[in-house]
Order: sequence, then C-alpha cells, then structure tokens
Amino acid sequence: MKGWYIEKGPESDVVISSRIRLARNFKDFPFPFRMKREDEEQVQKKAKEIIVEKDNDIAKFEFTDMQSLTPLERQMLVEKHLISSELADSQMRSGVILSNDEKVSIMINEEDHLRIQCLFPGMQLENAWNLCNDIDHLFEENVDFAFEESFGYLTSCPTNVGTGIRASAMLHLPALTMTGYIKGVLEVCSKLGITVRGMYGENSEAMGNMFQISNQVTLGQTEEEIIANIKNIANQIISQERMFRKELHKQNPFRFEDKIFRSLGILSNARILSSEESFKLLSDVRLGVDMGIITNIDIKILNEIFISIQPANLQYLVGKQLLAAERDIKRAELIREKLN
Amino acid sequence: MLCQKCQKKIANIQFTQIINNNKHVLYLCENCAKEEGKLKIGSPFSINDFFSGIMGVPYMSSVSPQSTKMICNTCKMSYDDFKKTGKIGCADCYKTYGEKLMPLLKRLHGNVQYNGKIPEKIYSRAKVSREIRKLKEQLNVFIKNEEYEKAAEIRDQIKEMEAKEKGLEI
Repeated sequence: MKGWYIEKGPESDVVISSRIRLARNFKDFPFPFRMKREDEEQVQKKAKEIIVEKDNDIAKFEFTDMQSLTPLERQMLVEKHLISSELADSQMRSGVILSNDEKVSIMINEEDHLRIQCLFPGMQLENAWNLCNDIDHLFEENVDFAFEESFGYLTSCPTNVGTGIRASAMLHLPALTMTGYIKGVLEVCSKLGITVRGMYGENSEAMGNMFQISNQVTLGQTEEEIIANIKNIANQIISQERMFRKELHKQNPFRFEDKIFRSLGILSNARILSSEESFKLLSDVRLGVDMGIITNIDIKILNEIFISIQPANLQYLVGKQLLAAERDIKRAELIREKLN
Repeated sequence: MLCQKCQKKIANIQFTQIINNNKHVLYLCENCAKEEGKLKIGSPFSINDFFSGIMGVPYMSSVSPQSTKMICNTCKMSYDDFKKTGKIGCADCYKTYGEKLMPLLKRLHGNVQYNGKIPEKIYSRAKVSREIRKLKEQLNVFIKNEEYEKAAEIRDQIKEMEAKEKGLEI
C-alpha cells in the first residue's frame, strides 16, 4: 500500500494527519442542491478541464466519476478520508479529482461545487494550505468563483462563508483519554471556537482515541490566522499529551508496559477482531511504538493496518463481499499477518 | 437533572416535539435523544433546525406567519426557503437577502467583516476598499484621542484612496 496515510510526518507521535479544505462555487451556476442535471454535468466538465485535462506544475490529477464506482469502492475512498460520506451517498452527477499521491482530493458537487482538500501526514498545516492555495489559484485563472467583497467566498451553507476554509488536525490522545483530562481539553476547545470530532468528521465517534480538531469560524479572520490558531491549540494539546504519557509511564512502568504488550499480544494472536476492538488495541500499540517501548514494529505498518482493516478496504483486499462476522475473522487474519 | 427516559445519565438535550399542536418538552441524555429522534423524525438535531431556531422560526413549523417575499431572481429561491433548508441557493441570493443573513453570520462567526484572500481578478479594487476601511478605523481612534493633526493626515489619505477606488470601479 502507498499514499500519504502510510508516511510518517512531523510530530507523528501525536499528530496523525493535517488537512486543509476550501469550499468554492462557480459564479455562474446555482449551488449544488439547486442545480439541474445539465448544471451538474457542466460543473463537472469545467473542473475536469481546468485541473485534469490541462497540464499543470502542481501534480498529475485523475478524475473519477462517482457514478462509475460501486458502493464498496466509494466507501473505500471515505475510509481513506479522500471523500466525505455525503459525496459517497450522492445521487447527483458528482465526482472526485485525486492527485497521484492522493494528497489532493477535489470533491465535485458535494455541498459546494468544489471542495478542495489537501491532506498531509503529521503536523503540516502550512504545507497543506500552500498546496490548497496553489490549486485555488489554478482554478481562479480559469473560472470566476462566487465571491463578494463583503462576504468573501460564497457557499451553500452560511457556516462556511468567507474564507471557506476548514483546517483540521487528527490527534492520537490515549494518555489524555486514560487520565480523563480529555474532557477539559474538549471544553476549552469549544470555548475557543474549535470543533472536536471523531475520526470521520461530523457525528462520528472517537474511535481508537483519535480526535479531529478544526476551526468553526470562517469569516472575520484571515486564512493564516485560522491556521495559526489551530496549530497553536494543537501544539498545546500535543505537549499535554506527551507530558501525561511520560507521567503515566513513570508512575507505574510495569503496569503501563503490561497494558501495551497485552494489546500487542491480542492483536498478534486473536482469531476474531471487530473494528472497534482493533482500533482500541492499535491505539495501545501505537502508543508503545511512539514511546519507544515497542521497538520492532514500524509505525508505517500500523498506519497501513489502520486503513486496511476498515470494512470496505478489507473486503476489497479479500476480493469479495463479507458479512460482519466474516470480516472480523479476516481482520484478525490480516493483522496477524502484518504484525508477524 | 437526570434523563427523563433512562433516568441514568445526565440530561443535556431539550427534546421538543409538536404533536397535534401541543408542545411536549423532554429532557434527555444524548443517547436517549438519539433513539427518540430515530423513531420519530429521522435526524432531529440537524444544522437546519439550529438555523431555524436562530432565525426565529419555531421548530417543525411549516409556514412562518410574517412571510417575507424576498426571492432571488436568478435561482428563484426565497429567504423563507433558506430558513427552512439552511442552504443558500446561489451567489445572487447573497445579494438578494444578504443583509438578512447578518444576524445569523454574526452568531456563527462573531465577526462579519471578510478578511481572507481575494481572487486576483478583483484584487486591486477590493484591496483598496480594505485599505480604506482600515484607515477609517485609524481615523476614529485619532479623533477620539484628539490627535487632530494625525487625523487630518489620515483623512487626506482616505480621500486619495477613495478617488483611486472610483477609478477602479467596473
């Protein structure tokens, strides 16, 4: 398996990934939920012309029509965070433009005409923003976006109007969760206008101690201020998490390491594993690797397992549809294989 | 207070139902509220309901009494449609009932003055407007502090910029 989600980025002991997304609409078409079939097709065609059909010095891009994908293939893209579940369920003429390395994903006809998204491993919000900005420029050279001086970029939903930017970081916070301090972190975040979500965005639960923090406000601040704000808060959470990791280990090293190695033991030997249990155990093992307690497992292996054990990716690997119970068996098999 | 359904968890959601014009209020925990929602009306806590709440439309009411006839010429979507769906129809809707969105935007974002990037095509004009805005803020500060000499300087700068802005008008 290759892709950004396997790579190891800066601050990767806590930060799994960084993401910037921009919401943009073409000026001359109604917003997606008011579009006619022809509009949908036109928007798709235009986006394709600008990014895929003409050469550019950013990356090589490929367009995928949502209509051409099976539900399983769509779900695989959701599991890799390349598209939203809303786009996967869309009945419209919708699609996605992906760069070769899958760092760039441009959703077409989701809630807005374009959702330009850049994903990087570890803490790399600035890099993600620069890339997003380059793509935004490339569009702007070729098409007029819906923009008003007073409102900024116009979007379907007033929550995104202005910069249309959502900056987010995915954090692994096992020590803050274990000690219960996560509650305080969540409270402070909400007071500062920061949203905290589970792994798969809106309404999703925090699986495997993974939390996604992102900005709520898109109007009034500059893009750079919004990004700096998220980075600041993320840095504070990172240092807290590191401190608690050390503290927990110091307080009772045997118990701490015992928990980690037990989880590794189960993962490398179990014959049935649900996603939920796997994510819980993987969180312990990741903690062990990040703290240098487990030394013979590469974090990239864990990243790979993380993606490939999710339902759609797992079924794709096996090459057939599986019932939940069958998946749990295959999942255990796959994890054993990768770890041993 | 405890959840009125399970009596176990803390109630943190006020669940309002309107059945035959009678309002029933239940105080529920998150889990029970989710369950209740699934059974009755799909997803009860959608962002649209929040908007309707903010915009003063009672939850689940279909017709608002003082119907405002603000309809966008381009996409034919009305301001009332927006209140119901929480989605805006097209770029021109912002021109048609943008003013009416201000209170909502203020609640959502705190600040309603756009400060982000500007598309290069309209860059020069928008940049000048933004510059004027900043100068005017400065002017007010100088006047407040009775620094009239500095204020006069700024005033001249504003005049100059305003002339420039006019020249850039399309």
